[in-house]
Amino acid sequence: MTTGLFVFLTLAIIAITAAAGLILSRNTVYSALFLIINFLAVAVLYLIMGAPFIALAQITIYAGAIMVLFLFVIMLLGAEKPKEIEQMKWQRPLAFVLGGAILVEGVYALLTRVSITVTTNPASEILADPKTLGISLYTKYSLPFEIASVILLVAAIGAVVLTRMPKKDKGQ
Amino acid sequence: MIPIAYPLVLAVILFCMGIVGFLLRKNAIVIFMCLELMFNAANLVFITFANHYQVIDGQVFVVFVMTVAAAEVAVGLALMVTIFRTKQSIDIDQMNSLKG
Repeated sequence: MTTGLFVFLTLAIIAITAAAGLILSRNTVYSALFLIINFLAVAVLYLIMGAPFIALAQITIYAGAIMVLFLFVIMLLGAEKPKEIEQMKWQRPLAFVLGGAILVEGVYALLTRVSITVTTNPASEILADPKTLGISLYTKYSLPFEIASVILLVAAIGAVVLTRMPKKDKGQ
Repeated sequence: MIPIAYPLVLAVILFCMGIVGFLLRKNAIVIFMCLELMFNAANLVFITFANHYQVIDGQVFVVFVMTVAAAEVAVGLALMVTIFRTKQSIDIDQMNSLKG
């Protein structure tokens, strides 16, 4: 077993275990922490596939900003351990059956289309350079980039409008 | 180097775990986190193919997916806070009426 394969398998096991912890943990805070572990494992995976800028953006944006937002909201609402009342008994087994069906289908579709002998490339100089990413982002993809900034603005305004207190509380 | 099928299969597994969590859980915040897991699996596929074809475009798309995910989380969590204020619960079984 080569070093690359060993690193990959270790990261894959960490990522899958963290994902399982996320969906099975009863405490919402633990779920959020498991998700951070999953994001970190995938970020290291990006690193070994030659995308260092995306790996670090993943850590700062996902594991940093987004998960802090999640943890704040969980603690703000006091929703660490909400009671989950099962209303539909058939929902749980059906979820596993449907999820398993998509898993089998996806793996089958992949393995019939992607050859197992094709390997990933070692980290290349051009692909790993943030300069290449920046040039591509500001020339070829400048319109999507502007639209992304508008989406962020709309999301920020929407979040403020949605969480605003009703007027009657202000008057009193 | 690792066969390209391995990261793709890992992405499929993570995506399906996201789907199972989405269907299993009643807590709306955990459902949001499962959504993030699925976004993450999609990003992994983008990065794998960017590496395979040696083009930067896959990485650019990951930047956009991250942007949309951040926007979605901001609005979604604001909605959660608002719903919790009116219903005192974030159980999605309780959210069966539009008017509080």
